[in-house]
Amino acid sequence: MPTPNDHPTRRVHVEINGQAVVRDVECRKHLTDFLREDCGLKGSHLGCEHGVCGACTVRVDGQIVRGCLVLAAQADGCRIETVETETPSPRLKALQDAFIEHNALQCGYCTPGMLMAALDLVERRPHAGREEVRAWISGNYCRCTGYHAIVDAVCAVLAQQQAGRFSDAALLEAAK
Amino acid sequence: MNHPTDLPTRRDLGADLPAVTEDQRHIGVAIPREGTRRLTEGRGQFIDDIELPRMAHVAFWRSPVAHMRITRIERSAAQALPGVIAVVTGPEIAALCKPWVATLAHLAGIKSAPQYPLAMDRATWQGEAVVAVVAETRARAEDALALLEIEWEDLPAVLDTQTALDPATPLIHPELGDNLCFERQLDTGGVDEAVARADAVIFGETYVFGRHTGVTLEPRCQIADWNPGDQKLTVHHSFQAPHMMQDLYCRQFGLQEQQVRVLCRDVGGSFGIKVHAYPDDFATVALSIMLKRPVKFVADRIESFVSDIHAREHRIDAKIVATRAGEILAFEIDDLTGIGPFSMFPRTSGIEGNQVVNLTGGPYKHKAYRARLRVVFQNKTPTCQYRGVGHPIACAVTEALVDGMAMKLGRDPIDFRQQNVIPDDAYPATGASGIKLELLSHEACLREARRLCDYDTLRAEQATLRKTGVYRGIGVAALIELTNPSAAFYGVGGARIASQDGATLRLEPSGALTVMSSVGEQGQGAEAIFAQIAADAVGVDIGRVRIVTGDTDATPYGGGTWASRGAGIGGEAVLQAGRVLRENILATAEAILQRDRQELRVFRGAVVDARSGAVLLELAELGRIAYFRSDTLPKTFTPELMVTRHYAQRDYPFIFTNGVQVSHVEVDTDTGFVRLLKHWAIEDCGRVINPMLVDEQMRGAIVQGIGGALFEECLYDTDGTLRNGNMADYLVPMAAEMPDIVVGHVQSPTRSSMLGAKGAGEAGTAGAPGAVMNAINDALAPFGVRLSSQPITPEKILRALGKI
Repeated sequence: MPTPNDHPTRRVHVEINGQAVVRDVECRKHLTDFLREDCGLKGSHLGCEHGVCGACTVRVDGQIVRGCLVLAAQADGCRIETVETETPSPRLKALQDAFIEHNALQCGYCTPGMLMAALDLVERRPHAGREEVRAWISGNYCRCTGYHAIVDAVCAVLAQQQAGRFSDAALLEAAK
Repeated sequence: MNHPTDLPTRRDLGADLPAVTEDQRHIGVAIPREGTRRLTEGRGQFIDDIELPRMAHVAFWRSPVAHMRITRIERSAAQALPGVIAVVTGPEIAALCKPWVATLAHLAGIKSAPQYPLAMDRATWQGEAVVAVVAETRARAEDALALLEIEWEDLPAVLDTQTALDPATPLIHPELGDNLCFERQLDTGGVDEAVARADAVIFGETYVFGRHTGVTLEPRCQIADWNPGDQKLTVHHSFQAPHMMQDLYCRQFGLQEQQVRVLCRDVGGSFGIKVHAYPDDFATVALSIMLKRPVKFVADRIESFVSDIHAREHRIDAKIVATRAGEILAFEIDDLTGIGPFSMFPRTSGIEGNQVVNLTGGPYKHKAYRARLRVVFQNKTPTCQYRGVGHPIACAVTEALVDGMAMKLGRDPIDFRQQNVIPDDAYPATGASGIKLELLSHEACLREARRLCDYDTLRAEQATLRKTGVYRGIGVAALIELTNPSAAFYGVGGARIASQDGATLRLEPSGALTVMSSVGEQGQGAEAIFAQIAADAVGVDIGRVRIVTGDTDATPYGGGTWASRGAGIGGEAVLQAGRVLRENILATAEAILQRDRQELRVFRGAVVDARSGAVLLELAELGRIAYFRSDTLPKTFTPELMVTRHYAQRDYPFIFTNGVQVSHVEVDTDTGFVRLLKHWAIEDCGRVINPMLVDEQMRGAIVQGIGGALFEECLYDTDGTLRNGNMADYLVPMAAEMPDIVVGHVQSPTRSSMLGAKGAGEAGTAGAPGAVMNAINDALAPFGVRLSSQPITPEKILRALGKI
């Protein structure tokens, strides 16, 4: 029987929000603990650590994952995006604004994961309706809002997107 | 089915009432909370985000069984693990922290047994902390838990409330003489006479409410930091009532207030879960004192399920008596509730049942009422106050009885309620249970609910669809909710729980405003509405207001967040302090300008000429002179630009709110699944300070109520172990199953304060279980079956329909 004294480590190279990071990390450590404890990025939260609540949702090589179900070692060589990015994409910024405008967060603990899931929806399902938004975010638990305002906020950003707000031309115009 | 919201939130409700300040621009308006932006950027500061020098982490070995006698604890292997700092048992902690017994003098006869931070010789529920392991990391502490060798002797577990009081049932605390924590009887007289009337119609049912729990997404957590150098304790806490914990740490550890500071920054959901004093909380503080270093405790989800308070396990035999003409004459209930092995500290576990007795029948004008409550001990996780506290139960029982009676009499549920609610012009009134009701609006809310949900169209659609085998139901629930409590709630019973709160307002030299409030923020928006009130009360832009809460070193003393009191009590203190500060600003301007005060007013960040409106003195200039050039002011005058005011509601025991909810559901009679089509809520929380935030309090609270009505239950095995203590098996409401929720407002301001605000945080949870249960029973009416046991699962529906 292995003793708990002996936890092998592995060197991990990742890019987090555009920054290259190299750390030696215990093989048993999951990605969210790695982000929080080894990288000082406290924006990803832990609500259950068994893959249900979605508070730890981050993107790994463009795919949203539950950080508590991915080992840090598995993310070796990957590009990781979290809500703490200093350069939010126009869609993420629009979602952050819409969450505030609609009061789509109360305590804010689920919000980082909820935003990453919503960002994925806005990018992948540009024509999603209200019911699809509800289904898409139903892997993210929020105890405060009852979800209605979150759905409102995501739908508002989808509408902005359909109106062309994130088109290259519009972004170029906004940059001026 | 989710329709887009057809009624957008009204952005400004302030205009519907007389203004409470001279230039009211913020109160009543749906102003977004810009202060939450950092949370959208992952830059909050929750407890587990904080790292301190020398910090250690604690993990607890918790009893794996419902009831046991500890016979041996062998800790040498755990202690020997590198990175482990200490392995500590109950008697060692008890040497530092006194035990407690949670009773209240005004709950006559309530009893409990002494409770310790860690189990001493027995553990009395699965999840009770027995041994603490402190290590350099949480992971290492958990590693060490696996190396503890603990032996025990199983003791019989008391689980079933219905047999807990039988003579044959073992006693959990033999020294108490029985398993009864609290008992109450209330009888106005007249129930038997009502039943005996020739024209009496009686409807009775037994209602069952499953145990559920709060599931705050951020678990309970804290860092206790004892500094031996200055003999001071700082506790960074995820909590609702920092001053209460400061007081309890003082009392349990023999400290003085000047030695204890409690800090609450971002709190990841609370809902009443984080207003109780937990054994592992005291243990964490004791460990910090023992080890002279900060100790962090963050519950993981599995231990949250067995150590956070549970709530609700009630079984209620109930009946309603009315005349054939439809006049409700009487209610009667017999409530049996199980609370775990101890009454929870310091609020006690008697309050929830006590509320059920006080509130059942609350909206109605009957005179006869009889109630019996029995609160029993059992070997399950302790229960205590969770959002709604007794209201969801009292409302569901009352409203199911009212619907049952309406059905029996062939009456429309809304019309039947209109006939029987206490009329809007009859206030102040006293309910049959003796509760004092200042000003409610049941009739107006019922009218508004009927209009908002387009009730007649829903009924017509229901009739049409029934012919095609589609079973939809419309459920109505009227409710009352106690808010803005006076000291009658806890203080009179001897609990050192403040019913008053304070606010300090300081004009900064630049003209900015700093507000320090003893009511904190857990997401509801307390800080946002305090900024709105302060801005209007003083006369500045909201962008110039900064709020400080959650620090016993910095804020006035007060009760914090509980019983829907933040806006009504904390907000009134801000308003009163702001009004005085405004006067003090004018006095300072008078001294600077040498003008008569009557000619001056504060208007949008400046002192202006009252008649012409011409700007005479920007507040930044006033601040500059007041703080830096006192040499230029008359020698007899000192500016007082920092003001503190306190407020306690003393006119009534509680200020009640009311509301009406309507639930629209579709029941699939083949699968038993319930689809929530839509939900409407009319609420009356008095003056609305921010309509968007009130809407969101209602929505979030309604969904929590729906959780208990349809999904959530702590399921115990026959041996007393929790079968579904994880988020995969314990079902909470997720977005896909939840309906859109339309909120409407009626405003009946309380006259007990100038602000007129009542509480809004819990009424949603109070009404939803009754509305949803009534909707399901309405849908199933063609089959002649009724559901009365929550959560109403597909299995229960299919059993009722005789399909399984």
